[in-house]
Amino acid sequence: MSVHTAERPTSQQRPGGRRPAALRWRAGRQRPNVLGWLGALVWLAIVGVPLYALLVATVQRSENYTAEGPLTPPSDPTLDNYVKAVENGVLGFVLNTAVVTVAVVAIVLVLAAMTGFAVVRSRTRWTSGVFRLFLLGLAIPSQAVIIPVYLIILELGLYDTLTAIVLPTAAFALPVCVLILVGSMRDISEELYEAMALDGAGSVRTFLQLVVPLSRSGLSTIGVYAALQAWNGFLFPLILTQSMESRVITMGLYEFQGEYRVDVPGLLTAVVLATVPLFIVYLFARRSLVQGMMGVGGK
Amino acid sequence: MTGDPAAEGSGAGGRPPRGPRPDGPRGGSAARAAVPRTGRPGPLWAVPGLLYFAFFAALPMVLVAYLSLTEWGGLGTPRFVGMENWSRLTADPLMRKAVGLSLLLTVLSWAVQTPISLLLGVWAAGRQRSRAVLSAIFFLPLLLSSAAIALIWRALLDPNFGPLAWLGPRLGLGSVDVLGGTNSAFLVIVFVSAWQFIPLHMLLYQGGARQIPPSLYQAAEIDGAGRLLAFWHITLPQLRHTVTTSSVLMVVGSLTYFDTVLIMTGGGPGTSTTIVPFLMYRAGFESWELGYASTIAFTLVLVATVVSLLMVRFTGFGNMRSTREGM
Repeated sequence: MSVHTAERPTSQQRPGGRRPAALRWRAGRQRPNVLGWLGALVWLAIVGVPLYALLVATVQRSENYTAEGPLTPPSDPTLDNYVKAVENGVLGFVLNTAVVTVAVVAIVLVLAAMTGFAVVRSRTRWTSGVFRLFLLGLAIPSQAVIIPVYLIILELGLYDTLTAIVLPTAAFALPVCVLILVGSMRDISEELYEAMALDGAGSVRTFLQLVVPLSRSGLSTIGVYAALQAWNGFLFPLILTQSMESRVITMGLYEFQGEYRVDVPGLLTAVVLATVPLFIVYLFARRSLVQGMMGVGGK
Repeated sequence: MTGDPAAEGSGAGGRPPRGPRPDGPRGGSAARAAVPRTGRPGPLWAVPGLLYFAFFAALPMVLVAYLSLTEWGGLGTPRFVGMENWSRLTADPLMRKAVGLSLLLTVLSWAVQTPISLLLGVWAAGRQRSRAVLSAIFFLPLLLSSAAIALIWRALLDPNFGPLAWLGPRLGLGSVDVLGGTNSAFLVIVFVSAWQFIPLHMLLYQGGARQIPPSLYQAAEIDGAGRLLAFWHITLPQLRHTVTTSSVLMVVGSLTYFDTVLIMTGGGPGTSTTIVPFLMYRAGFESWELGYASTIAFTLVLVATVVSLLMVRFTGFGNMRSTREGM
């Protein structure tokens, strides 16, 4: 126990005070948390240096990449790698991925919203059973069921299509999304439902005019979450698609790796291009993204 | 799409196939009298989501059990062979090694990721602007796909072209090929998975730490407790549900870790990074022994189900209890 406490390099942000003269620091002031900052800066380096090296490599000419060292800013920056990546069809892969992502998000939004509404408002044992099934689904790894999914997709005649990626990806995003949405729909107050009911609204009107508008933040959270899953998905495209026409960006990267073993800057440029759309989402919808992530375990 | 089941389910509460109490709210007759019943959705609203989920996620769980009893090369119909795959599995030295490696990966990942993400998460929960800026950077790896992360680290660790090749000679180490060594390749996998997943768990702990009532810390302060004591006696106990959740996610994640292994090491060198999911991939989609691969996969389903049952049981996911329960 003492060992454990001794090596804590960080502490709380909240009023904590130092032991010797806690009372003196009480007015919300405390000494700077030196160990905490030290730890944070070390982690900043661990996260930042690879990302920096990634960006620097993409503006470097292949022949300079080895000569100049990875961390020095390139003496002769160039956008050739980006031009080359576009010529190699990266944008086509990005477009495929966008189609998959939009479809996954649409399916997830509709199904999770309906399921969430039923779970929250229709208090039968049956719906709470449904909810428990989704909870169990939370921890079912897609790797474990990929073979039957492959069989199902073959039987449906969907192998090597974008639909083949969309269907299971949305299914595996559903449990988390239902969970998040149920959490946010539970916050809608009973009085509002009663007002709707007194107004004579049926369930469809209640859903469209009350539940959907008031769970906007939950809906955008799960939308972003589902988009992230679809955009970065690897296993389903790997197993369920094959040809160039249905290649999504993660597969594009995987294939590039084989083709461009030596052209590291070219490869890393494709990595950056694959991430730019998500980075834009991160800039504009960071709240939803972060809440979606926390929803997995925060509640 | 929203229309049809909604129309059927409106008003009277619909009729589920087998619900024991199809249309009564749990609150009993008193509650029923107080709350108008119009506007309550029937259970049918849950049907599309349920069917969809059942078809693409629950049905495969059942199918994988059946496929584990068959021989199937990917074409035609799977042929029933009884327990053949299972006896092969128990005797397979590769599987034995893969299970050992998977367990080792799980334990190491947990031991590396939990303390770091707990400490950084609690730190990042601070409301100062500087901390918010740093946390925004910390979460960037979450945006990258595992394929992208594996490629970045492969490039960084490349013995011929990467920064390591540049750094090695300057440190007097000569050429360093960390992905070529059996032990070092495994440690690289542990490290890269930590780099990839610590941001997620940090986020969980940050959220958990922000829910701890400040009054607890104020009380500790009045008692003269310092930061370390407060961390040990307030923060850690208050985060216990978060620790459980995060640990379960880590365990399931490590047991099914796959993309990175495929891209970075291909299971090698030799079989030194051939963990269970990768072994399944190789058996299924390289050797096309899908029956045998299903047997391996089914062991994953079993472990994942047990872990998720434990999760529902111990974290109170099911009834949405607060982390502060018992205060």
